[in-house]
Amino acid sequence: MLDRRDFVRRILIERGDLLVVPGLGCATYDVAAAGDHPLNFYLWGAMGGTAMIALGLALAQPGRRVVAIPGDGDMLMGIGSLATIGVRQPKKLVVVILDNAHYGETGMQPSHTSAGIDFAAVALGCRFKTARTVSRIEEAAEVRRLIHSGEGPILINAKIDAEDVPRVLPLRDGHAIKQRFIEALNPA
Amino acid sequence: MHTPLTTSWPDTIYGHFRRAGVRQVGYVPDAGHSKLIALCRDDPNIADVVLTTEEEGVGLVAGAALGGQRAALLMQSSGVGNCINMFSLLRNCGFGCVLLVTMRGEFGEFNPWQVPMGSITEDVLRLSGFLTYRIDSADDVDDIVGAGCDMAFDGNLQVAILLSQRLIGRKQWTK
Repeated sequence: MLDRRDFVRRILIERGDLLVVPGLGCATYDVAAAGDHPLNFYLWGAMGGTAMIALGLALAQPGRRVVAIPGDGDMLMGIGSLATIGVRQPKKLVVVILDNAHYGETGMQPSHTSAGIDFAAVALGCRFKTARTVSRIEEAAEVRRLIHSGEGPILINAKIDAEDVPRVLPLRDGHAIKQRFIEALNPA
Repeated sequence: MHTPLTTSWPDTIYGHFRRAGVRQVGYVPDAGHSKLIALCRDDPNIADVVLTTEEEGVGLVAGAALGGQRAALLMQSSGVGNCINMFSLLRNCGFGCVLLVTMRGEFGEFNPWQVPMGSITEDVLRLSGFLTYRIDSADDVDDIVGAGCDMAFDGNLQVAILLSQRLIGRKQWTK
């Protein structure tokens, strides 16, 4: 199992002009802990919508690499969006699920993945070009490589520890997060 | 004698999409929107995104706007109910949105199962922060859709345009 903070830090190191959409809850805190960045579109709600926001962004910016980082609960709620992404086949979109098999924000109730529900298998059925499960920290470098140069759509299911980690709270004002992102994407 | 109409209301809406520079259109397939969907699918400048549920489209609109593109959503009134929590994304961040809603469950509806959602669709949209405009006649499509696109895309407002069952025609259950 992966240490979530260490894993997210490793896949986002030297990120260049990567566009990052973390899902609500711990995923947003993990991405913030890896280093605040104007090209992070932090979510504090919209559960189930993370992968679709990344798809809209990827379609609008076909030259840029885009990574969605939902938790397992977020991805389960929006699981149909894997089929929607599979229809469009965005070549530079990667979905990295932080899968601790629990609903961490609400008291660590087990999620569907605790019972063996397999996102990588779902993604292959949804025509993702690559879909795999990782659980060793040595694999973070390969995940980072796929984020920056793999042919999408790609799904990585990252099996992380179900440990509680300190919250790292980034910007919460949705207008400010949006505006900062758009300005960073379109430098004057 | 009537002069035959050379354009239908879906053509008029599509014309506004082109004028406003809409580049992404999300939809769940719908009979009332079938012609507009076909026009969007045939346009190489528009990415048509077929959704498994309407709430996916709300995320799509937000992502498109982050990336500098304009997106519109097409759905049936029942789909509005699928979106309610996701609409908070639009309000929280001030994403402009144009929603074109074909109405079911109105006056003359054959299928009573459509009525519970259809009869609250406009209220739900208002409570979710949308400005709502209802179109009963094809003569109003040009004005209202044009103004709605401008308000959404130039003013970052959430605009829902309800295309009534009288405009789109009642669903025929017998042939």
